[in-house]
Amino acid sequence: MALRMWASSTASALKISCASKAHLSPAFSLSRCFSTVLDGLKYASSHEWVKHEGAVATIGITDHAQDHLGEVVFVELPEPGGSVSKAGSFGAVESVKATSDVNSPISGEVIEVNSKLSESPGLINSSPYEEGWMIKVKPSSPSELESLMGPKEYTKFCEEEDAH
Amino acid sequence: MTIHQARIAGLPLMNLIRFKGTPIFQQLQLEERLLRTSSDNWCIINDGTNAPAIVMGMSGRFTGGGTVIVDHGTVFITFICNKDAVPDVQPYPRSIMSWSSLLYSEVFRGIDNFQLRENDYVFGNCKFGGNAQSITKKRWIHHTSFLWDYEDMNMAYLKLPEQAPEYRLARGHMEFVCRMKDYLPNFVFIENTVKAIETHFSVNPVNLESIVAPCDKEFVHSTRLLAKEELEEAYACPAKSQSHQLSS
Repeated sequence: MALRMWASSTASALKISCASKAHLSPAFSLSRCFSTVLDGLKYASSHEWVKHEGAVATIGITDHAQDHLGEVVFVELPEPGGSVSKAGSFGAVESVKATSDVNSPISGEVIEVNSKLSESPGLINSSPYEEGWMIKVKPSSPSELESLMGPKEYTKFCEEEDAH
Repeated sequence: MTIHQARIAGLPLMNLIRFKGTPIFQQLQLEERLLRTSSDNWCIINDGTNAPAIVMGMSGRFTGGGTVIVDHGTVFITFICNKDAVPDVQPYPRSIMSWSSLLYSEVFRGIDNFQLRENDYVFGNCKFGGNAQSITKKRWIHHTSFLWDYEDMNMAYLKLPEQAPEYRLARGHMEFVCRMKDYLPNFVFIENTVKAIETHFSVNPVNLESIVAPCDKEFVHSTRLLAKEELEEAYACPAKSQSHQLSS
């Protein structure tokens, strides 16, 4: 808690966003890189997260990614019924002056897309792990999840990336 | 630094394509293809498009950015790089923009008040260059349209955008933008740019004809010409279309 408070106050002083998502993280959340990383999710090196619940996997981009991209003004998503491939692009996030591909951490069938993002793309900035989710997938190869990073590993990955 | 010395120093290779008067539509399609299908670094310098065009950064297009009117007075410079090509540059908009502003600081050294303001290149508080980017998993593209010169009449077609940089301060186009030709000669700008690139990369000049291959027809571009019906639909729904009419 002390670490989170220090990180939050420092982030505030530096005018860096530092969202708290404690209610989504029953165990803990790590804020050392000034971005929130949640327990219970898996992470890709391209900064997408996956929440696997039974036969459904929910996918979005991380707090670290939305912070680096800036204000999101448009989100391009696939149609339900389509397929995604691990590490393949399934859509794009457009911020002011830049469009960035979003890549799927796993393979599978798209069963639902977040329709709220068409009218409120900023949900990705304000709520990257909850209301800003992008697609729901029926995984075709659940074992792919095992190759993704856990929270600690992803936090370290972000720190090393930002240190460059 | 000579190319020979740069190669010895281990600088990453940058293929440089220079042309003049190539249609902007052709250039953008080339850039998209190089971004998606090549694993090399590329720099494209197009000194003016041969036909005036309106380029709209509509959502779904492969790069961000707003709406610009371009013609023979516009100089386009684009960098397409692997994400590890440039040390300390991460594949995010601000990092790429920061790097490009440093490169262009070398180009405009000695010219009053060149700086990057928000996402624009300015002399003082007058914009002369707008930027757009597209970032994939392993590569990024940074595209700049430089206002070497422009027709006042064409600028009059542009509406005031809903979303504008703060430093614009609600100025109209004529008060907001400026012509580069009033600050330095064209040949100085181009040659300074090439020299600046050579300090960061080992430059390999490439002819446009040498990179156009029959198999390129298989690549599906997202950059395209808008149909009349699409323009009419956008005009009929101004609230929706203007949400993407960002200032460039």
